Amino acid sequence: MSRQNVKPMTMDQGFELIDAAVTKLKRILEGKPEPAFGSHEYIENYTIVYNMCTQKPPDDLSQQLYDKYGGIFEDYDKHTMLPSIMEKHDEYMLRELSRMWDINKIMVRWLSHFFFYLDRYFITRRSLPSLTEVGMTCFRDHVYNNVHFNVKQVIIALIHKEREGQQIDSALLKNILDLFVQNGKGSMERYEDDFEKFFLQETASYYSRRSSSWILEDSCPEYMIKSEESLKKEKERVTHYLHSTTEPKLVEVVQTRLLVLVAKQLLEKESSGCSALLRDDKTDDLSRMYRLYHEIPKGLEPVAKAFRLHVTSEGNGLIKQAEDAATSGSVEEQVLVRKIIDLHDKYMAYVTDCFQNHTLFHKALKEAFEIFCNKKVAGSSSAELLATFCDNLFKKAGNDKSNDDSTIESTIDNVVKLLDYISDKDLFAEFYRKKQARRLLFGRFNDDHERSILTKLKGQFGGQFTSKMEGMVTDMQLAKDQQTGFEEHIKNGNTGKPKGVDFTVNVLTTGFWPSYKTSDLNLPLEMVNCIESFKAYYETKTKHRRLMWIYSLGICHLNGRFDPKPIELIVSTYQAAVLCAFNNTERLTYQELIEQLNLSHEDLVRVLHSLSCAKYKFLKKEPASKTISKTDSFEFNSKFTDKMRRIKVCIRLLCLFLQWMIAVEDVDKDRRYAIDASLVRIMKSRKVLPHQQLVSECVEQLSRMFKPDIKMIKKRIEDLISRDYLERDTENPNTFKYVA
Amino acid sequence: MPPRPASKPSRKRSNPDSVTSSATGPVPSASSKKKSSKEVDETDKLFDKYANASSGVIDPEGIEKLCSSLEVPHTDIRILMLAWRMKAERQGYFTKAEWRIGLKALKVDTIGKLKKALPELEKEVREPLNFRDFYAYAFQYCLTEDKQKFLDIETICQLLDMVLGSTFRAQVDYLIDYLKIQKDYKVINMDQWRGFYRFCNEISFPDMTNYNLELAWPSIHDDFFEWLREKQA
Repeated sequence: MSRQNVKPMTMDQGFELIDAAVTKLKRILEGKPEPAFGSHEYIENYTIVYNMCTQKPPDDLSQQLYDKYGGIFEDYDKHTMLPSIMEKHDEYMLRELSRMWDINKIMVRWLSHFFFYLDRYFITRRSLPSLTEVGMTCFRDHVYNNVHFNVKQVIIALIHKEREGQQIDSALLKNILDLFVQNGKGSMERYEDDFEKFFLQETASYYSRRSSSWILEDSCPEYMIKSEESLKKEKERVTHYLHSTTEPKLVEVVQTRLLVLVAKQLLEKESSGCSALLRDDKTDDLSRMYRLYHEIPKGLEPVAKAFRLHVTSEGNGLIKQAEDAATSGSVEEQVLVRKIIDLHDKYMAYVTDCFQNHTLFHKALKEAFEIFCNKKVAGSSSAELLATFCDNLFKKAGNDKSNDDSTIESTIDNVVKLLDYISDKDLFAEFYRKKQARRLLFGRFNDDHERSILTKLKGQFGGQFTSKMEGMVTDMQLAKDQQTGFEEHIKNGNTGKPKGVDFTVNVLTTGFWPSYKTSDLNLPLEMVNCIESFKAYYETKTKHRRLMWIYSLGICHLNGRFDPKPIELIVSTYQAAVLCAFNNTERLTYQELIEQLNLSHEDLVRVLHSLSCAKYKFLKKEPASKTISKTDSFEFNSKFTDKMRRIKVCIRLLCLFLQWMIAVEDVDKDRRYAIDASLVRIMKSRKVLPHQQLVSECVEQLSRMFKPDIKMIKKRIEDLISRDYLERDTENPNTFKYVA
Repeated sequence: MPPRPASKPSRKRSNPDSVTSSATGPVPSASSKKKSSKEVDETDKLFDKYANASSGVIDPEGIEKLCSSLEVPHTDIRILMLAWRMKAERQGYFTKAEWRIGLKALKVDTIGKLKKALPELEKEVREPLNFRDFYAYAFQYCLTEDKQKFLDIETICQLLDMVLGSTFRAQVDYLIDYLKIQKDYKVINMDQWRGFYRFCNEISFPDMTNYNLELAWPSIHDDFFEWLREKQA
């Protein structure tokens, strides 16, 4: 139609045409028999609008059209859509809503095509909501807002049904929930406030109820399986119809109700809780427990705690067993240490497998072991027991071929691990060192084993820890070389070593070895010659070194020419000296012996006792009493005999208890120096420090080696004050200052 | 004066004249007014009354005489306070210089005036700031040997009684009991000595509820605390 000839269309005319089109559209949408819009009809309708908008004012009907457009929707929504939804119930209501929603969408699409011209100019010019927006807003205001409450109730009821095991129409729910989301116009508010909030509440109370009944009826593994199932189902629910943003919130709610709130009850269940699972090796259940609680923030803490408590009680049980089994105060440390090692392996396996190497569990294991590994067992400290264990391990290794190298190696690894848990490491070092000395000097020792454990200890605890021990082992190697050199030297005809006397010397470096007392024992001439010849040899090797002879550590092999038959005697040097005195005289009194030999009374008494009053009486004593007195006299017992051809009589110069006491005292002394040094070091760098901080820093510095006694630290601080290293601050007596 | 037997002939004596230029030479006084030299004369004369003629210092015997003149027992704390005022270095002895310092500070030059000044002196010493200083001085004063740092328990007990007895009777009694019974400490050093005063001052007694073992109290106080707690239980 050409413009010039046509009169402007009036509002009424236009609206009539539009109404017709709308009615047709409605019929189509409602599924009534109606031919579809052809393209000419489409153009017609579009043109009507176009014309009405482009007419010259006052016939420009854009505003009216815009309002009309809105009115169409409003009318339809209020009078058709809403009632039709409201008259239905349950699932049918949902379906109707879904249907209306779809209809609305199509209606919006078609009508906005018809009214499109408005969109192009009128709306943009006036910054009004677009046609699509108008259509959607109408739906929201007149339909959605009025139905969402009931719809939500229906949805939740359906979900409940599904939880109880029935089938529901997931697709429908998905549509409806999509509808909620879209009615939020870009934000999730509608979905969250009108649905999700209630859904989560309902979920919470549902699982609360579940949890209460399960926790009473089910064992811990059963409960966990059910929880795992529930979580799985809920996650599926999300993929089926819930919005993805609901997932984390949903998971949290379920986890809280099922796992967090009942954690204590669950884990501590008698006969099926964490403890029982650990005890009975239920790795699957433990892994499940880990999986479930791993997702929950801080969820693993109660599990780790239960783990720690269990391991601690197992360990304590072993300690108690050992105590009960200890006869006359001596603990079977071989058994105990092995059991502890096994315990460690067992629970470490749990940590690596079931608990995925999680640090919380490593920590729990460590803490548990630290508790019972530091307990005293029948009065002996664990440090000492461990040292004794090593000693026996190496001593036996020499003799027992069945203990092959790889077993020894793995046992050594375990020992190092255990030592890590023991706080008094320096005590261990002291005992170990003393026992090592005995092994190296008196027994057969395996150089590889000795070095291997020292390397491992060094790796774990630092060079300072093992320096002395390493020095001792090296000394033995050097001593062997030294001895070879000495024998060469003798062979080449040097110095007057008496022929027929085999002489072996171990030269020890003083600082490395435990301190041994020397004595001015007068040796028999043959021995003196040996010593002199070695001295001469040694001086050709090194000047500037002084040899100190420790006769208390020596061993002599003597030929006892007894009348019945000769017997080889293996005795200590002191005993040999006493026996050899009888080479020149048949009979000697105590006094004569003491003058001749220059021994102390205690030593001589002990030696004489071992030779004349003990099992083997190489000397006859007059009078033949059980104890040595200073008026006794002695005679070589030529009539002595025994079925053995070789007899070993060695005496310990110090009883075991004294040895132990000395070791403990030495460690105490070293600790005092260590504390002093640490305190001075700290104060020197900090200059001013309050008491508590000083103490805690000192403890931390020293913790690698031992756990210092707080009282001792306090006393050392006072000592340092009186020696003018530190002073108290005049204003604040709780703070110390370094005195340069 | 802490009770020391008046006669201890074998004790090492530091040269009393090393402190002043000479006992009879010109007095190095701050002001050179004629009036002060008159005062000094009086003071000197008083000094000579008690001093040992040959040694030129007031020795223990002289102090005892001084005490009876003042009508004060020679174990009285006020003599110690006087010594403090004089900054006397050596227990049992007052040098002329010390005498002068003390009497000048008290503004007295006769025995009568000195006697009257004693209560004033006591009040002054008992002021908290002075008392702290006096308290530490008391310990120092009893050290006889050069480089000596400790006092034996017996002396400490007497000192405690004298110095703190009037203000902290209960604490001192218990402390003395403890010190006599315990075996861990044979001597007391300055730090521990100071600790006693702090203890009496700061810790409520006898409940000791504000005592904290974790603070930096010297160990002897921790031990005392635990001993007393046990006793009270």
